[in-house]
Amino acid sequence: MKSPQYTREIPQRYRLEAEKCRQCGKVHFPPRLICDACQSQEFEQVILSRAGRILTWTVIHVPPTNFDLEAPYIIAIVELEEGVRLTCQVVDCDPEELAVDAPVEMVFRRIQEDSQADIIQYGYKAVLSRP
Amino acid sequence: MAGIVGYGAYVPCYRIKAETIARQWGGDPAAVKRGLLLEEKTVPGQDEDTITISVQAARYALQRADISPADIGAVYIGSESHPYAVKPSGTVLIDALGIGPKVHVADYEFACKAGTEAMFVAWSHVQAGHMKYAIGIGADTSQGAPGDALEYTASAGGAAFIMGTENVAAEVLHTYSFTSDTPDFWRKEYEYYPQHSGRFTGEPAYFKHILGAGRGMLEESDYKPEDFAFAVFHMPNGKFPLRAGKMLGFKKEQIEEGWLVNIMGNTYSGSSPTGLAAILDVAKPGDLIFMVSFGSGAGSDGFIFQATERLPDIQGKAPKIRAILDQNKRYLDYGLYAKYRRKIIFNSPV
Repeated sequence: MKSPQYTREIPQRYRLEAEKCRQCGKVHFPPRLICDACQSQEFEQVILSRAGRILTWTVIHVPPTNFDLEAPYIIAIVELEEGVRLTCQVVDCDPEELAVDAPVEMVFRRIQEDSQADIIQYGYKAVLSRP
Repeated sequence: MAGIVGYGAYVPCYRIKAETIARQWGGDPAAVKRGLLLEEKTVPGQDEDTITISVQAARYALQRADISPADIGAVYIGSESHPYAVKPSGTVLIDALGIGPKVHVADYEFACKAGTEAMFVAWSHVQAGHMKYAIGIGADTSQGAPGDALEYTASAGGAAFIMGTENVAAEVLHTYSFTSDTPDFWRKEYEYYPQHSGRFTGEPAYFKHILGAGRGMLEESDYKPEDFAFAVFHMPNGKFPLRAGKMLGFKKEQIEEGWLVNIMGNTYSGSSPTGLAAILDVAKPGDLIFMVSFGSGAGSDGFIFQATERLPDIQGKAPKIRAILDQNKRYLDYGLYAKYRRKIIFNSPV
């Protein structure tokens, strides 16, 4: 990923910044220009909570470039407390430990780098919430 | 008086046992464990580095401080394993936590005492009234060359301390630094693993500086070792901090709470700061805490802290470091460890 695109996406990838429709209250992540529920173009910026639950998951055995060393790894759809759903890796656990509705916490991790010399791309992943 | 208003510590969940490393290189596991007083060490996940560890520790510190990240005026990260040679780790951390952009950021380096350097400068800023809050972090994903004695101890983890003058949980009563040109351990540019001068790292380096700073701080402050509830020293292995503490006049009971090295390894810049976090997790109002770091090259930073009435209110607002160390341990064999630490040469870079 080139530096300009990476920089544009920092608010979402680093801080889970979303936009809430001022008219109907729907939260959009990533932000949109027009609310798909009420077509309003007025939004306020909100930071999503880092707590959520697993809706579903799969295990990637044949990874894309840049993820070769991580296979097999878990990709899940996570629903955060605000109702926003996002796709991310679940780390620091085995697939056998996962369950639908299992509580997770979003953490800040390295995602990928195009080569040893290129920028390190950071972002969000999920870990199981442990008591 | 200025001091710590929030603190946090974090270590990765991956571990390798000292006996696993010993068996790999034909060593005697029992002799290694006995010699180092060390059972196992933390290992960073493939997606963890000094920046991600610093972010997690600082997030816990913010939870405890209960302040707006926007009020933090300076961010300093001390480490010898910054992911970039040129691009400060702190720049990523501030954007991850919503600090700045009106903020002074710098990365520090002084082998294993870079973290206490960061803490010292952060404290100095708020003590001088330059800003409301400043954060000092010590974190590392330290590397030891395969087969080297350092491989048994070099681990991953860190701690973050938010300094301020309001709602202080642990006041800084005294500081002291002791530094000299002592080539006991070094890594030059383009070198992957550090070099060290064997037994020279002991008496002329670690003990000279720890004892120099410790004795100087006791003399200047007029405190005696028995006045302190807790003491923490840099932990390159299990034996050195216990011996240094005894030489300064501290008892084992004063050192045990912050002595994490037997189950954590040496987190380098995060070593004594992580031990301090473990002490703050249990200290009571009025308790005095004695801390001396050590960084090769060489130098030591000393701090005397006193816990305030606010400390018990914030201890439970984020995970405690001994709980983090105890939960979800995921043990690696040497092959996986070599993969996680990028010790394997591939045909094409990945």
